[in-house]
Amino acid sequence: MAFARLVFVIAAKDLRAELRTKEAINASAAFALVILLLFSFAFDLDPDTNREIASGLLWLVFAFAGTLLLNRSFARELPNDCLDALVAAPISAAALFLGKALANYVLLIAIELLSLVVFGIFYNVRWTVQFGELMLVLALGTWALTIMGTIFSALTVNIRLREVMLPILIYPFMVPALMGAIQLTLDLMAGKPIGGEKVSWLEMLLGFDVIYTAVTVFLVEHVLVG
Amino acid sequence: MRDKILYLLGAAAILIVARNIYVIAGLPGEEAQGAIFKIIFFHVPLAITALTCGTVACVASILYLVKKEMKYDALAVSVTEVGLAFLAGNLITGSIWARIIWGVWWAWDVRLTSALVCWILYASYLMIRHAVEEPTQRAKLAAVVSIFAFIDVPIVILSIRLFRTQHPGPVFFSSSGSFPHDWSMIMMWNLFAMMMLGAVMTMIRLRQEEVQREIDSLRRLAHAF
Repeated sequence: MAFARLVFVIAAKDLRAELRTKEAINASAAFALVILLLFSFAFDLDPDTNREIASGLLWLVFAFAGTLLLNRSFARELPNDCLDALVAAPISAAALFLGKALANYVLLIAIELLSLVVFGIFYNVRWTVQFGELMLVLALGTWALTIMGTIFSALTVNIRLREVMLPILIYPFMVPALMGAIQLTLDLMAGKPIGGEKVSWLEMLLGFDVIYTAVTVFLVEHVLVG
Repeated sequence: MRDKILYLLGAAAILIVARNIYVIAGLPGEEAQGAIFKIIFFHVPLAITALTCGTVACVASILYLVKKEMKYDALAVSVTEVGLAFLAGNLITGSIWARIIWGVWWAWDVRLTSALVCWILYASYLMIRHAVEEPTQRAKLAAVVSIFAFIDVPIVILSIRLFRTQHPGPVFFSSSGSFPHDWSMIMMWNLFAMMMLGAVMTMIRLRQEEVQREIDSLRRLAHAF
């Protein structure tokens, strides 16, 4: 219980700091909108094409906008040596990491929901047909993006060229999660529920989340403390 | 002494490769594919050697995190670089074969995509090493990335397998395979040669890495006075 409380304290601290400054969330939301705008020029838009490209487009927007958000997660603690203070605080590195991941998760979900609404209006796609299952895929896929993004944000916090290195590192690692999420969203956007062969994609996505959460929680002590 | 053993092993590996090339050149063309099928005698051993390198890199990285000894970090980076070169060889030979048999250089198929993702993952491992100056921090970050990459590869393979594949199935040492026994033996000889070549290259690279570290520490010592 004490562990969960520590995780929530860190998450609440991060969310409060972000909601007061709004620096990462503004940039990320604006970036998501700009990509949605640019994609409208890249494709010949008609209702059928829109539905076909919807899932790939949305998850790329989520991944790009997410990196912008996650990049700040640990870098925000660098001024005034806040990161050293956090590491020195009497909490485990795993609690610190999960707290930060939780805060990022909430922010990223908010950006994604905003993008979905904007996407539905601009591209004239009804994405609410399979609302429950879409939210499930969104929850699992976003956790995969968050956990990878947060651990790499911690890994790259002290290195030069951080902004350049982070995307190069995380996108290849995200390949399985993005593929699963895109495959599942493709059917859901067309109004079909998850069934048949697609169930194995859901299992894969869940497996990715569980494996990487376990490994990162195990390794984060080395990453932050050494 | 160590140098002599290295030279000897290197020379032996090159001799075996030369002998294998001579034997493979003498083989008749395959019924359906003609002479291009012979590329498989290099394509498959290169892949197996690259995978072995990835495994060794993961073990070395775990050992570094547990024991914090720099020699494991040096081994991890050496073996990753060599493995990356072998994987590149595997991708290139596969691409040449695909151009002639499939008519295209590249197809987004399970093994091709996973091999490419694997290559990019380990290339990013080398890139992050260049971005960190401080040796202990570099070793720590690189070890974590190497372990992540090793976990990611099976997941990538599993996930892409859910798509259809057009890459040919295993042909040697399997019940459904059509490879004659003596061809399998040539394959094994070439695998042995590639493994040996990989080991020699890793040892040379390891040597460079150790010398580099010694120079760095001497330089630091010189600056301290």
